Amino acid sequence: MRDFVRLEGVSMAYGRGAGALKAVDGVTLSIARGEFAAVVGPSGCGKSSLMKLISGLHPAAAGTVAVEGQPVRGPLKCVGMAFQHSNLLPWRSTLRNVLLPLEIVQPYRSAFSKEKRAFENKAQALLRSVGLEGFGEKYPWELSGGMQQRASICRALIHEPEILLLDEPFGALDAFTREELWCALRDLQAARKVTVLLVTHDLREAVFLADTVYVMSGRPGRLLRRCEVPLPRPRDLEVTYTEAFQAVVHELRTLIGGLH
Amino acid sequence: MWTRTLAPAAFTLALFLAWEALCRALRIPLTILPSPSLVFSALWEYRAPIAANAVVTLWTTLAGFALATVFGLLLGIVVGWHRALYAAFYPVMVGFNSVPKVAVVPVLILWFGLGEVPAVITAFLISFFPIVVNVATGLATVEPELEDVLRALGASKLDVVRKVGIPRSMPYFFGSLKVAVTLAFVGAVVSETVGANRGLGKLMLDAQASFQVPIVFAGLLVLAFLGIVLYGATAAVEVRFTRWAFRGQAT
Ligand SMILES: Nc1ncnc2c1ncn2[C@@H]1O[C@H](COP(=O)(O)OP(=O)(O)OP(=O)(O)O)[C@@H](O)[C@H]1O
Ligand SMILES: [Mg+2]
Repeated sequence: MRDFVRLEGVSMAYGRGAGALKAVDGVTLSIARGEFAAVVGPSGCGKSSLMKLISGLHPAAAGTVAVEGQPVRGPLKCVGMAFQHSNLLPWRSTLRNVLLPLEIVQPYRSAFSKEKRAFENKAQALLRSVGLEGFGEKYPWELSGGMQQRASICRALIHEPEILLLDEPFGALDAFTREELWCALRDLQAARKVTVLLVTHDLREAVFLADTVYVMSGRPGRLLRRCEVPLPRPRDLEVTYTEAFQAVVHELRTLIGGLH
Repeated sequence: MWTRTLAPAAFTLALFLAWEALCRALRIPLTILPSPSLVFSALWEYRAPIAANAVVTLWTTLAGFALATVFGLLLGIVVGWHRALYAAFYPVMVGFNSVPKVAVVPVLILWFGLGEVPAVITAFLISFFPIVVNVATGLATVEPELEDVLRALGASKLDVVRKVGIPRSMPYFFGSLKVAVTLAFVGAVVSETVGANRGLGKLMLDAQASFQVPIVFAGLLVLAFLGIVLYGATAAVEVRFTRWAFRGQAT
């Protein structure tokens, strides 16, 4: 099968000339369609930059980024993104926040005024699937942090993107809420077969959710290791207490270093 | 509720009483500081000319303010659109804003003659700067991550400005209107004082020339009152349109 997302010898820098700061260096990786990939690494190593490369928000200085065999030249439309901060628009209700991508991405954009009701139902269904039923008319600031994050993930999914890029989406949440959202994300991904790239600092999160975990080195970010998670699906939170799970987490932790 | 209406009313009343007491106790000559009772009786006696001139001042203020709102919003969007435009416009606007508007009035009279037009233009010139700066700032400070979310959907710059930039800068815009409306008022009155044939500024100038000091003070009271009304009206509009920006605060 053809690789869905493919990076080959990709480097990227902020700024030009002598003052340029190299953020990503010679990264080669490929993600299959429907795969759940995670990227872990020390802070400032270029994980967010890697996301910007794949989404086409920032050009590569060297190497090629390709999605579905097509080189990425500008921002991709088949991408949904969510970040550590939910970035919901405070002047829109939660429902209208979730609808935002449909006002921008074609073909939804042209149909928006005509099929508003259908789109709203779709957004409501999505909100329901992450446990936010009945909160559509609330404003983001009336929601808790975890609820805002759920809504943000709904917004990333509403236009049915083929790639979901998540940059530490659960970083600002407490441990219980985080585990709850792991399950929500696991179920969404299983139901939609969307390709996910998740950046995280939490090794347990990476191992629980992902099929493959990439470990990056300190800046400039290189790939140190590609690690397949041998745990069968569907995974339950119980799996995080098994020895096999702990072994993978420990192995990753050692790779990142600073244990001793 | 009580603190919001009763407290200011009581304080204003106390202020007038203290003023009255001071004038009587120290026997201050009425040509220096007339007591409020004299001022209010002058206000009543000359209510017809005062009202007629207040209407003129009010409409010149509002006309200037309306122009400033429209042009300020448009120019603010243009300036906030791009960093380079922001950098290019900003120094010029600061320089422009630093010119005292009193100095411009004679030029305006030269161009447009004595009348309401110079007052409208002065009100416009003095009040549009804060609107431009605020709208431009609101647009220029959109969080990059938010812009990324939209750009990753293939949004054009126009989309980003329409969906995020403009709504986001609305609290800045309405906040600046409160400042702008008082400035427009100042501009209109200043222009009338320098040269006009109608308006509260002109009325006060004439009263001063004939030593009718209570009328001068009556004019000042009316100005203060109109200022409060204009400010209050724009503040109410602000809360009405940018409720989300006041989140968490009881309204
Ligand atoms: N917009 C930018 N302009 C200039 N340099 C940047 C920019 N964004 C990031 N960098 C630099 O690039 C490097 C990699 O940043 P990046 O945000 O990709 O790291 P990260 O792995 O996501 O870190 P974290 O885990 O803390 O989020 C950092 O050293 C940072 O200083
Ligand atoms: Mg990051």
